[in-house]
Amino acid sequence: MTEEWTEIGRLSDIPRRGARCLGTPFGRIAVFRTVDDAVFALEDRCPHKGGPLSDGIVHGTSVTCPLHNWVFSLETGQVQGPDKGQVQTFAIRRDQDRLFITASIIPAIAAE
Amino acid sequence: MRDTLILGQAFRGGGAVDPLGAVVALTDDAEICGCNGVCKGKITGAIAAKGLTSLDDVRAHTKASNSCGTCTGLVEKLIMATIGDSYNPAALQPMCKCTDLGHDEIRRLIVAKGLKSIPAVMQELEWTTSCGCAKCRPALNYYLIADWPGEYEDDAQSRFINERVHANIQKDGTFSVVPRMWGGITSPRQLRAIADVADKFAIPTVKVTGGQRIDLLGVRKEDLPAVWADLNAAGMVSGAAYAKGLGTVKTCVGSDWCRFGTQDSTGLGVRLEKFLWGSWTPAKVKLAVSGCPRNCAEATCKDIGIICVDSGFDVVFAGAAGIEIKGTEPLCHANSEDETVEIIAALIELYREQGRYLERIYKWAARVGIASIKAHVVEDLSKRRLLYERFVFSQGFAQVDPWQERVNGKHAHEFAAMAEFGLPQAAE
Repeated sequence: MTEEWTEIGRLSDIPRRGARCLGTPFGRIAVFRTVDDAVFALEDRCPHKGGPLSDGIVHGTSVTCPLHNWVFSLETGQVQGPDKGQVQTFAIRRDQDRLFITASIIPAIAAE
Repeated sequence: MRDTLILGQAFRGGGAVDPLGAVVALTDDAEICGCNGVCKGKITGAIAAKGLTSLDDVRAHTKASNSCGTCTGLVEKLIMATIGDSYNPAALQPMCKCTDLGHDEIRRLIVAKGLKSIPAVMQELEWTTSCGCAKCRPALNYYLIADWPGEYEDDAQSRFINERVHANIQKDGTFSVVPRMWGGITSPRQLRAIADVADKFAIPTVKVTGGQRIDLLGVRKEDLPAVWADLNAAGMVSGAAYAKGLGTVKTCVGSDWCRFGTQDSTGLGVRLEKFLWGSWTPAKVKLAVSGCPRNCAEATCKDIGIICVDSGFDVVFAGAAGIEIKGTEPLCHANSEDETVEIIAALIELYREQGRYLERIYKWAARVGIASIKAHVVEDLSKRRLLYERFVFSQGFAQVDPWQERVNGKHAHEFAAMAEFGLPQAAE
């Protein structure tokens, strides 16, 4: 099955070891850029107390939630260490400087 | 709860025959960690069930001692009481899990090896992670900014969100905004501007702070630059309420109004705040200036306090009124405002150079000793002068209003979404 992609902006829009947000009707998606320019898209809501992960400190392929320091894998959305929880991840693709996210974020909204 | 507190306090006082007796006597439902609501049974149960052997393990698995840290001593005693001699707290606490080195050693090496960037520190000191963690990065950023003023380029991505967007994150992801009110003095114009901003941006809570300022709570991140623009237009700058840096300088009305005032405590407070603002420090620094020994500005529980007397200024420091309550220690008597300002700047510079990241002044003073601080700041005039000069040099790079910079477009990426799909998220 071919994946449909939606262009969301440029890699250079996001600071290295940082994140930017996508606004969607069901909540924000955080788009992360690591120190070596890998990109990841995660639900911008910590399952613990709803903290905005996009405001966290990005280290390696992890982010630390700014509210209570839960650490998440950017690759899997899984919380690290003994805490339990996971955030949704979304397929994201980079073509040179251009970034695309799975278009399923749009139908997903329509279906809800 | 009450019993627990009393037992805990008595225990902390020390001197018991069996140092573990008090914690052993606690019942399993006794609350140990008040921040996260963790009782003794949960801690001892987790230690036994999961084979935990360190404070970090217990913090990770139970959350006890994981927030404010007040109960750390109790938790350590519980570990000792549960696993006995196999608990061996490392003499040297590493900065974080990315390194075996402690804060002091890392800082010594930053200076000795001339390391001037976070990647340089991590490479030279053989960090075990690719780019650190949320614990070491802010600490390294502080050490580099304090040790290489004018040379080190601040790394915004290594700062906690509050210092990145110059406001305090709240539980719902909105922010609070506190403009500076020099020495706690405001004016009708400032108050009108604050009221207008609160109306214009539908800011839900306006609160008077403990540091004689006004806090606007519930500001949406995307509104921050526009809020600051309006506050800047009325002459207000960031109060740095979010910063590990100079916070408030509380004052009383002193000889301007008070029939007991011996000196112009308000004027000295304003002068100090205008001189010290913008400086980055290991942890926040709060001052107060009282115009007489009645001490209405409550200077004797601050990081640094001044009690004006007829003959001059009594400078005190190393107080605390938070997790711990502790009266200040006397530092010295100064005869003039100029001398007071020089002593305080030198004291803050010594703290900037010796304090471990997140270590408040009272903890730094307890670690290095009051006598050693006095020797640098009071007794040796040439050392004091050099400290003062280093502080002044550093301030040349630090006194830029971060709100104004962002009103003018700096770090615009922090305040706007990269893209919006469908309805704006404000519809939530």
